[in-house]
Amino acid sequence: MALDSKIPEGPLADKWTNHKNNINLVNPANKRLLDVIVVGTGLAGGSAAATLAELGYNVKAFCFQDSPRRAHSIAAQGGINAAKNYQGDGDSTYRLFYDTVKGGDYRSREANVHRLAEVSTNIIDQCVAQGVPFARDYGGLLDNRSFGGVLVSRTFYAKGQTGQQLLLGAYSAMNRQIGRGKIKMYNRHEMLDVVVVDGKARGIIARNLVTGEIERHSAHAVVLGSGGYGNVFYLSTNAMGSNVTAAWKAHKRGAYFANPCYTQIHPTCIPVSGDHQSKLTLMSESLRNDGRIWVPKNIEDAKAIQNRELKPTDLTEDQRDYFLERRYPAFGNLVPRDVASRAAKERCDAGFGVNKTGEAVFLDFAAAILRYGKEQAHIKGLDEDDASLIQTLGKDLVKSKYGNLFQMYEKIVDENPYETPMMIYPAVHYTMGGVWVDYNLQTTIPGLYAIGEANFSEHGANRLGASALMQGLADGYFVLPYTIGNYLSDDIRTGPISTDTVEFEEAEAKVKSEINHFVNNKGTKPVDYFHKRLGKIMWNKCGMARNEKELKEAIEEISALRDEFYKEVLVPGSANEFNEELAKAGRVADFLELGELFAKDALVREESAGGHFREEHQTPDGEAQRRKEFQFVSAWEYKGEPKDAELHKEALVYENIEVKERSYK
Amino acid sequence: MNLTLQIWRQENAKTEGKIVEYPIQDISPDMSFLEMLDVLNRQLITTGDSPVAFDHDCREGICGSCSLYINGEAHGPDRLVTTCQLHMRKFKDGDTIFIEPFRAEAFPVIKDLIVDRSAFDRIQHAGGFISVNTSGNTQDGNSIPISKHDADEAMDAATCIGCGACVASCKNSSAMLFVGAKVSQYALLPQGQIEATDRVQNMVAQMDLEGFGNCTNTGACEVECPKGISLENIARMNRELIKASLKS
Amino acid sequence: MSGFLSSSIGKKIAMALSAFFLMFFILQHFAINILSVINPDTFNEVSHFMGTNPLVQFALQPVLIFGVIFHFAMGFVLEFKNKSSRKISYAKNNGNANSTWMSRNMIYSGGFILVFLVIHFIDFWIPELNIKYVVGDNSGLLEDGSGYRYFEELQHKFVPLWRVGLYCVGFIFLSLHLLHGFNSAFQSVGANNKFTKSLKGFGIAYAIIIPLGFIVIALFHFFNNTH
Repeated sequence: MALDSKIPEGPLADKWTNHKNNINLVNPANKRLLDVIVVGTGLAGGSAAATLAELGYNVKAFCFQDSPRRAHSIAAQGGINAAKNYQGDGDSTYRLFYDTVKGGDYRSREANVHRLAEVSTNIIDQCVAQGVPFARDYGGLLDNRSFGGVLVSRTFYAKGQTGQQLLLGAYSAMNRQIGRGKIKMYNRHEMLDVVVVDGKARGIIARNLVTGEIERHSAHAVVLGSGGYGNVFYLSTNAMGSNVTAAWKAHKRGAYFANPCYTQIHPTCIPVSGDHQSKLTLMSESLRNDGRIWVPKNIEDAKAIQNRELKPTDLTEDQRDYFLERRYPAFGNLVPRDVASRAAKERCDAGFGVNKTGEAVFLDFAAAILRYGKEQAHIKGLDEDDASLIQTLGKDLVKSKYGNLFQMYEKIVDENPYETPMMIYPAVHYTMGGVWVDYNLQTTIPGLYAIGEANFSEHGANRLGASALMQGLADGYFVLPYTIGNYLSDDIRTGPISTDTVEFEEAEAKVKSEINHFVNNKGTKPVDYFHKRLGKIMWNKCGMARNEKELKEAIEEISALRDEFYKEVLVPGSANEFNEELAKAGRVADFLELGELFAKDALVREESAGGHFREEHQTPDGEAQRRKEFQFVSAWEYKGEPKDAELHKEALVYENIEVKERSYK
Repeated sequence: MNLTLQIWRQENAKTEGKIVEYPIQDISPDMSFLEMLDVLNRQLITTGDSPVAFDHDCREGICGSCSLYINGEAHGPDRLVTTCQLHMRKFKDGDTIFIEPFRAEAFPVIKDLIVDRSAFDRIQHAGGFISVNTSGNTQDGNSIPISKHDADEAMDAATCIGCGACVASCKNSSAMLFVGAKVSQYALLPQGQIEATDRVQNMVAQMDLEGFGNCTNTGACEVECPKGISLENIARMNRELIKASLKS
Repeated sequence: MSGFLSSSIGKKIAMALSAFFLMFFILQHFAINILSVINPDTFNEVSHFMGTNPLVQFALQPVLIFGVIFHFAMGFVLEFKNKSSRKISYAKNNGNANSTWMSRNMIYSGGFILVFLVIHFIDFWIPELNIKYVVGDNSGLLEDGSGYRYFEELQHKFVPLWRVGLYCVGFIFLSLHLLHGFNSAFQSVGANNKFTKSLKGFGIAYAIIIPLGFIVIALFHFFNNTH
């Protein structure tokens, strides 16, 4: 099957408007006859469910959490981008579009990204109308901060909890529709398969996580807003429950999976403290606005700090290496995430790491405290030479900006970040890859849509900070509700979809047989044992730097681990009860397949781009080196074993942007 | 560290539960409380026991999934943290730790330490929103200036994570801090004024229907709230309800 | 206003309003009682006025009785509802970590105050009713007619140790009740702003000084009685 991205004709800036004007609509009376299933209730799924219900469709929404409000979008801290140009610093739709394509290392679709930039401003207006308490300045107008990889201030925020506030906004819109009966909410339900009838997605099989019951749900279209697959690394900043199962089951039913190897490793996470670690905690990128990242200049000092013989505050300025400022003078500490992460890894690999495992760098606020302290003293007309006063004023201001993050750090690490620099290290955070979709966000299965992090998205090979929230809400509020209407307009005479068909029966039987395998297997090792081992393979061989030899090893090791998993996994309890281990087993089984495809994708992509860094392809000074012949999207078709997946290429055409060396120097 | 755990075990909503004792060894002070429970569960699974069920997800203190009444306090003895961010360094070697579910008639136990908090969702369905459709034609975000003070206060109320610690800590199982926070967020913003009367009345009515107790202003909720939601929000809700009752 | 009282918050506000009324009454009661220490003659005159003025007797007194009964009845109704909101209690509960003993035990301090009030009614109030409305003596004079009877009777009451003891304990419970109740009532009606911050200190002072004053009066008469 040839990939058709269905990008509308016409000039870039008019594509979306023209497309909206030309797609088919469904009249309000007919919308009442159409059912849509939305899987996942994060920013994308939640906003889509609410908007579709407002339009009049009957929505069934599913989440595995106990409430839609707990989807992992809630944990996004820093902010959301929009080309409002409230700060008058030269921002525009084009500039947001340009920054995003460049930030994605020229591996995203021009038309999609431009559409994203166009609707970004609507998102802010919509959220304000919903009562999202964005930060405001003293004049009562919306405030902005700056984020990595850009030269303007376009990030809107609500303290360090922007994702939470935006999600609660979408959740409130959902609540209104649940109250009206237009959304039927299924909490603590996990989707375990897509049902395809006559080539179209017509429903899902879901498991009630409380009772263990397997349920059939039908609809005229199915929307996946089930998030990313960062947990394939075991340790990531994703929630414990975040999983690839919905997307992967769709893949196995015929949806192509695109660019699985594009993973974002976030530079500012709290380092691993020990083998017991169950997940990693992110510190918002906004910290890089004011924090300076460094390691000791001399290896002896680094060793002394590792052994706790020396304190970071003992080192003078010229004994420190502010390596981002040194390497990238133009963007300094605000280089994009992939660049910052790799630079930190490079220093740590060279032995300059600063915690006991040597896998951490400092994020230092001493300079910011001093600068803000002086500024405040000046504003308040106090003595600018009083060192202790400056410290107090500076710390107060830093506290007002980042207080909750500093508190979180102190609770976890047990060190006071106002007095000693924080320690940070990169961690898996976001996956740019995902289910392949066309311009209408439809997958290669008609009637199956993927939105938010679940699709392969507009972020190319690397996502800029504060763009995930923008994309999730753009898809859910402003894109999908239009494009899905075009598809559903053909279904107004279909009538209710029966769940009493062979297709539903077959899918249910398949789900049940896998569950029965797990509960009856009586192996020797718990699910986490396999998940941890998979994570180690992924991190060591498919992590921040990859090479041919290790990727080939990874494919074999993951394949072998999968066999062992099915033979040896131990799942206690039964299928007909609340059984978290059983749910985990199903998720890890899918990760074990995805991981293999991930490695294969990374192996095939013989270039470095954004979050994908192949050691064989780097510039003399260690930067990522793209190759023109890889200017395409890898879309994988399922063919049994993941390593047998068939590659389809969607060429990426840049008509409005000149593809250049991505430089932040 | 070696510890003795006293954990509430209950197979499902229909069966009765009881406290069961589990000794646990070699716990690192750097572990989070949930990581300690992970260790216990690994032991239980490999010895053929059923693992202890507890709610958890983000493990960074924001999703509100984790709960647990630890040694007589919601989210344990530390302040301004959820259980997932509570670290074992807050306990001493040899300690006995009681671990119970959040208890309230409105929060029935599902299994072991997991409770059903959907009552909170239903309160929000009753009025926890501003009625605005998604259109792309809403007015510009800057067209309604909001004083920084009000915006910040609304934000403080909106940081509630809906974990239910307020209900669990309250001797009356009252949900007023949760409802007060949501009512306050909208009461403080101009966008929320139009529906203010209906909102507070409907949300309070639903709260009462769910079987939560009444507030007697002990202030326990504010102390135990992992997000430091202030009692002022309850006072504001009371004012809003008086206003609404006088109007309608 | 429909259904206001049936809502949880409506009940709570009603509880607070009756509390305000009772706190005002206690203040007034105290002001009259303290006269017995300062000047027995004025005490007698005010007592006679209060005991015979028809407005006080037939308008304010029934309102007071209603207020008292309402506050107690509602208190028990709410306590019952609150108790039934958690049928299985915690195996381990550390209430001291997050709230005061007073705030958690209003039902007990209130309950003891009720016991005290019942005794107080039997002891002071029923004999008063008897003299005024059964016997029909509204003169307020001593049997020998040498002056008002109120101060004499007061002194006489504070002779037995058991009564003075009960009186003291009753007011200790009132103090405990008010230490939470005063500010709680203001919170209930939604008065939580910059003014209520200073009100907090005033509430604590009120909760300690007024009951202490009643105790001082009792002890004063116990040690200074002329009988």
